[in-house]
Amino acid sequence: MRKQLAIISLVAAAIALPGAATARDLTVVSWGGIFQDAQREVYFDPFKKESGLALAEDSWDGGIGTLRSKFQAGDANNWDVIEVESEEIAVGCEEGLFEQLDMSKLGGMERYLPGTASECGVPANIFSIVIAYDGDKLADGPKNWADFWDVKKFPGKRALRSGPKMNLEFALMADGVLPGEVYETLRTPEGVDRAFAKLDQLKPNIVWWTAGNQPMQLLGSGEVAMTSSYHTRIGAANTSDKRNFKLLWQGSMFNVDSWVVMKGSPNVDAAYKLLDFMGRPEIQAKWPEKLGGGVAVVEAQKMLPPELAERLPTAPENQKVALSLDAEFWVANIDKLNERFAAWAAQ
Amino acid sequence: MSVFSFKRSIGGLLLVLPLVLFLGLVFFAPLAGMLGLSILDKELREVLPRTVATLEHWDGGGTPPDSAYEAVVRDLFDARQTKTAGMAARRVGYHDNGLRSVITGTARALPKNISGVADWKETLVAADQSWASSGIWQAIYRSSGPVSDFFLLSAIDLRRDATGAMHRANNEGLYVNVLLRTFVIALTVTLICLLLALPTAELLASAGATASSLLMLVLLLPLWTSVLVRSAAWLVILQTNGVVNQALMKLQLIAEPLALVYNRTGVLIALTHILLPYAVLPLYGVMKSLPKNQMLAASSLGAGPVEAFFRIYLPQIAPGVSAAGLLVFILALGYYITPLLLGGAGDQLLPFYIAYNTTQSINWGLASALGSILLVATVLLYFAYVRLVGVERIGLG
Repeated sequence: MRKQLAIISLVAAAIALPGAATARDLTVVSWGGIFQDAQREVYFDPFKKESGLALAEDSWDGGIGTLRSKFQAGDANNWDVIEVESEEIAVGCEEGLFEQLDMSKLGGMERYLPGTASECGVPANIFSIVIAYDGDKLADGPKNWADFWDVKKFPGKRALRSGPKMNLEFALMADGVLPGEVYETLRTPEGVDRAFAKLDQLKPNIVWWTAGNQPMQLLGSGEVAMTSSYHTRIGAANTSDKRNFKLLWQGSMFNVDSWVVMKGSPNVDAAYKLLDFMGRPEIQAKWPEKLGGGVAVVEAQKMLPPELAERLPTAPENQKVALSLDAEFWVANIDKLNERFAAWAAQ
Repeated sequence: MSVFSFKRSIGGLLLVLPLVLFLGLVFFAPLAGMLGLSILDKELREVLPRTVATLEHWDGGGTPPDSAYEAVVRDLFDARQTKTAGMAARRVGYHDNGLRSVITGTARALPKNISGVADWKETLVAADQSWASSGIWQAIYRSSGPVSDFFLLSAIDLRRDATGAMHRANNEGLYVNVLLRTFVIALTVTLICLLLALPTAELLASAGATASSLLMLVLLLPLWTSVLVRSAAWLVILQTNGVVNQALMKLQLIAEPLALVYNRTGVLIALTHILLPYAVLPLYGVMKSLPKNQMLAASSLGAGPVEAFFRIYLPQIAPGVSAAGLLVFILALGYYITPLLLGGAGDQLLPFYIAYNTTQSINWGLASALGSILLVATVLLYFAYVRLVGVERIGLG
């Protein structure tokens, strides 16, 4: 019995001790899988080597609810630097979940492409949602969203991501709205009606996808003639499966993921060091060759080999015909539009 | 009762205690928690405590008491410091999406220092014009909790207007349709399963020992495979260029591929396949227990095969049919991944919307309300069914 007691108190002490320890290692949180593996190679390992600081890793699947509960945990929160999507940074910044960044410690605002850095975060990765089709089946493929909607000219089904986000934008562009006027139109009730009416036309031919790897399967099996897809998946399918999938930058949706620092992090200084390191042009320049994600550091863009740079969302001619996701619009309207989309889709 | 048997029953109780504790912890407690979440409505109360307290004495009509303006300014000023205005905005947004920005906008526009404010109403209206009209006040009044029927009503497409009267929500009957669709799909799957299971179970019950155990293995094998794998396999089989369509086109039975997935057909085929064993096993149990010579006796007494089936056989296997039907129906109600993979947007069952509200839109109140409605509707149907056929008519043989 006494022996048991001794063991129990030892275990209790072991559990209590780390809590009592003042400093914990800087922890960086990303999206896991091959994505985080690539980040480890490009960013995390070189940072550890150069700075001599310890760096722990965790991964997550997004969701503002997760960030809220981490913030509310106070001292028990073990996350410092997190990669978030555009809506999470918008909501989290409004709710005060993130540290306000001193940009002078991070090379200044002008280090990054305009509009990609803010008081709450710096850009981490740039990706686009594009139209993808099989080049072996469609020699003369679609040129824009109007073609995507044209099932007479290009017979076959279409795949789109389930939900209103980005599909309403695509529908308006298919209906002739210029990319620059899409959100202006969507902010009016008539604009939303117009987008749904346009989606209605394509509805019998739409297959809805939910996970990022589905579009390539749907395209590969011939289930659909065209699909919306993350641009990075298309290159990966072409290399690993010997495909000839083509993508279209015209009307693509430009998305920026950001690095944020959790408010109240005890490792703010180390977090600044990590963010500054990752933002260095020569480090950033190594990122696109891994998975084809874009970089938002102006100087890094200039270091990329031209044949790589032109395949990124950030290439000037790609960006010129693209539309940036308006996170503010979606934060304010997502609940209502989701409900309407669900009711519409079920009819 | 002798001491000995008393001791034995205590021992028996101790043996089931772990099970009782387990059920209590992982089943009944979360269930109660879920039911509770569907009526708790505390977000506004936590972020705007002064405002909610002031409005408690308001009748909900016209303009609010003067003290309410000060309460809102002080609450939103604090909310700006603690950065909780977003949470209050979200809750008010459930009531009326347009009012969401009033809360966040006001919190942002309030002066940096409110200690010298003399006219609270002027300060508030200067931050956002909406505070001069009654809409936002009623939204806060109606959303202030601490308990409300808002989420439960939302789950059946109802809401209350400014006067508290109920009327239909402006969402085209989304959730009622989803609930009906869930029951229709579950019922269809149940009927198909029973039709397929009756001859299968009869075959199993009447076959010889070797054939029977072989058939049983064929039946049970899929049951040991993950539902996810089976659903994904059906996707491969049924897709436009899948095995079924290619075979039918080779045989020149069809010219164009049939649409077998991403629609209701795909969901019904896969759910039927997944749930079939649950229909066959209860029927098999009942049929196995029936004496073989009864049908012979019936025909020797002059009944034809049809009459013998309906008068002798069917009444005796009825408890098995009931049990099989109930089992398949209730299991089908909860399927999530199969409709997600094989159905279209119009073929998703209620669990899809529960998951969506839990993980994507983080509206746990609505998710809990939808869960509660599904639970209550299922229990009601169960009792109606028991009433109709009698509980002794449901059995596994």
